[in-house]
Amino acid sequence: MKPSLKEHLLALLAKLAPLWGALVFVALWWIATSLKVIDPILLPSPADSAKALWKGMMGGSLWHDFLRTVTRTLLSFIIAVAIAVPLGIVLGSSDKIYRAVEFIIDFFRSTPASAMFPLFLVLFGVGEKTKIAVAAFGAALVILFNVAYGVMNARKLRQLAARVMGASRIGVLTDVTFWESMPQTFVGMRSGVSLALVIVIVAEMFIGSTDGLGQRVINSQMIFDMPEMYASIFAAGALGYCLNLLFLSIERKFVHWGGK
Amino acid sequence: MNTPIDLMSAITGPAASGPSDHRWFPPGTHITVRGLTKRFGATTLYENFNLDIPRGQLISIFGPNGCGKSTLINMMSGILPIDGGEVLFDGKALRDTRIGYVFQNYREAMFPWLRAIDNLRYPLKFLKLSKAEKDARVERMIARFDVKIDLHRYPYELSGGQQQMVSIMRALIVDPEVLFMDEPFSALDYEMTLFMREQLQKVFMETRTTTLLVSHDLEEAVHLADKILLLTRKPTHVADYISFDAPRPRDTATLSTPEFVRVKAHSLEVFQREVRKP
Ligand SMILES: Nc1ncnc2c1ncn2[C@@H]1O[C@H](COP(=O)(O)OP(=O)(O)OP(=O)(O)O)[C@@H](O)[C@H]1O
Ligand SMILES: [Mg+2]
Repeated sequence: MKPSLKEHLLALLAKLAPLWGALVFVALWWIATSLKVIDPILLPSPADSAKALWKGMMGGSLWHDFLRTVTRTLLSFIIAVAIAVPLGIVLGSSDKIYRAVEFIIDFFRSTPASAMFPLFLVLFGVGEKTKIAVAAFGAALVILFNVAYGVMNARKLRQLAARVMGASRIGVLTDVTFWESMPQTFVGMRSGVSLALVIVIVAEMFIGSTDGLGQRVINSQMIFDMPEMYASIFAAGALGYCLNLLFLSIERKFVHWGGK
Repeated sequence: MNTPIDLMSAITGPAASGPSDHRWFPPGTHITVRGLTKRFGATTLYENFNLDIPRGQLISIFGPNGCGKSTLINMMSGILPIDGGEVLFDGKALRDTRIGYVFQNYREAMFPWLRAIDNLRYPLKFLKLSKAEKDARVERMIARFDVKIDLHRYPYELSGGQQQMVSIMRALIVDPEVLFMDEPFSALDYEMTLFMREQLQKVFMETRTTTLLVSHDLEEAVHLADKILLLTRKPTHVADYISFDAPRPRDTATLSTPEFVRVKAHSLEVFQREVRKP
């Protein structure tokens, strides 16, 4: 049976549902600015902000700052993964080691990474390295915790199956445990990259930066260029959103067996 | 294939000593379990447990719930450590023996990140074979089970029966000396169970791999077995070890032969006596 026109329309409406919320949001914003409920200096119209975003991204300096932030975030994320995944597998596969370091990891994981800035400034100086190091540190702890957790909760039966087929201890680790921990590892990587972005933006605001979205937000705020500031905030939001979406889709593709 | 060794043990085994000797085993024995001991905390599950498994036979293991059927084959297959005693395969240790193991829980025994065909191929990785030989083995295994499974799918895309089929093929692909199966069909529906029993029997007739099958279904246990091992409640001993010699292939008609009825009735009697013991 072919779906009727009405069903098609309903399906389309359902698909566009998230759009309605956004439209209502912009409409409220627009009403607020045109009725001057809020000082127009503080809250520029959606049109002005959109213009600033468009101009900045299309050949303007916003695009450059955007790319700087992306680069820093991804770089710190990659460093975090490179350190945390192997370490997490080792930690998770040994009850003794894990119990010994669990408290330390949990403690630092709960410590706001921003509180570590001064320490890292001393270690790495005022510059690029500090921003990336702190972001990598924060992300690595989140990833480490999740990987170790995933490894510890790997199905024992699959490990036994590999064992009984002749896999060595290392073989079980690489052939089974590594894969078993994948779903949890991806959870960690998603939170890790979000956290890395947060830290990079904060670092760009306060640690002598000449570029990046964080620095741009702070600068436009200081010169009261509100459309520019909102544009930068939106760019940062879009970046966070897209990163999450990207990781989700990689996860769905890669951990295809998850939840099955 | 096994005649030379049979002859050997026929000559050396019984001639050297009598049945009272700890080391003695009848000719044609493949696996000897001697003085096996297993404790869980304060409870002793096995104490000085002895068993001979003849070569090329299918042995069903049947007994009360929690009597240690799984524990027994897990100790024999090295999944669980033993607290005492030894298990020898043709006089060799487990590490020098190729075994196959089929788990009851196929969902958790398959590797869902690998396609069925790669699951099947996985154990070959531990054998020193050329790529061509490995491919040939896979082909042979697929031909042996004439079931139509799309092996390029992932395990979770297959039905339970198909998954367990792949799991059995995976256990057999290394051409094991011994095959262990722990209630392999109990998670399948009845139709699939019947089909799988038939497949198992067919493969067994072709390969004559010494097989240990734990079953909680007495009819299945007798129907498939050359010998039925009946266990007591714990501390676990052999309650009875009965032969069932009906010719193969056995089918539903076998179920109504006097011999089958007799063996099954006897097994049930022994089982009930064990269960009712205070
Ligand atoms: N890891 C363990 N720790 C403590 N006790 C255990 C452990 N594994 C098994 N047992 C005990 O040993 C006994 C035998 O267990 P086993 O699983 O071998 O029995 P089974 O005959 O296979 O039972 P079932 O019919 O349920 O499959 C049970 O009483 C069980 O409680
Ligand atoms: Mg069991």
